[in-house]
Amino acid sequence: MAKYRNPADRPLSPHLQIYRFTMTMMMSIAHRISGAVLYFGTFLLAWWLIAAASSERYFNEVNGFFGSNIGRFILLGYSWALIHHMLGGMRHLLWDTGAGFEKKTLDILAWGTLIGSVLLTILVWFLAYWARGHL
Amino acid sequence: MSMQTPLGRVRGLGPARSGTSHFWWQRLTAVANIFLTLFLLFSIVFHIGDDYSAVRAYLGSPFVSIGLMLFILSVVFHMYLGFKVIVEDYVQHEGLKILFLMGNVFFSIFIGFACLFAVLKLSFGG
Repeated sequence: MAKYRNPADRPLSPHLQIYRFTMTMMMSIAHRISGAVLYFGTFLLAWWLIAAASSERYFNEVNGFFGSNIGRFILLGYSWALIHHMLGGMRHLLWDTGAGFEKKTLDILAWGTLIGSVLLTILVWFLAYWARGHL
Repeated sequence: MSMQTPLGRVRGLGPARSGTSHFWWQRLTAVANIFLTLFLLFSIVFHIGDDYSAVRAYLGSPFVSIGLMLFILSVVFHMYLGFKVIVEDYVQHEGLKILFLMGNVFFSIFIGFACLFAVLKLSFGG
């Protein structure tokens, strides 16, 4: 394995704190954070599926947790992270074609990712409550 | 300080003809995830609050089971690739990095098998 030189021996590129915050930068960071959140969030899916495959009593217990205020709050965050990551990913797929790199387009896409993710999350929850007849 | 030249250090450690593999699978699973995630979201939204037997019947029906298993495979592979990059970017200590890279594989495979097992059990009963 290659030996590291002392980092101080070479010029270092400046880190986050030196840059002016931009929307594209924020959405890039948010994409990575939402990805990491979803990574650990798969644990919830596994837990729920295992519960459904176990017994009625355990399934009701786990469902009770997801239906509680804390559970709903976690699921709200999880669904937002999921939708945000999905829209951010679509942005990347667009960029893969070589399109969408104009400065104006970048800003529109970045704001679109944020606003779109919030609106779609609200829509999903609206549909869920509506489907249960709670609206 | 090593007397080796930079070229000497990388010689033999160069590309193994797999340079685009990570990128390709990352994007391929990303495209699959869009459709599979929408399927999962709709599944959950329209079955929220169902009782135990209804949930079992839905999850255990053939097409839903297949969709779920595809979702699990694609998502687990995608998250393994993504988390690998996060570890490579932020974990500087060589030993810790290897530990996290291994942990990433273990966690991803564990989640994948746990979910697949549950879906199969729901499908085949028992």
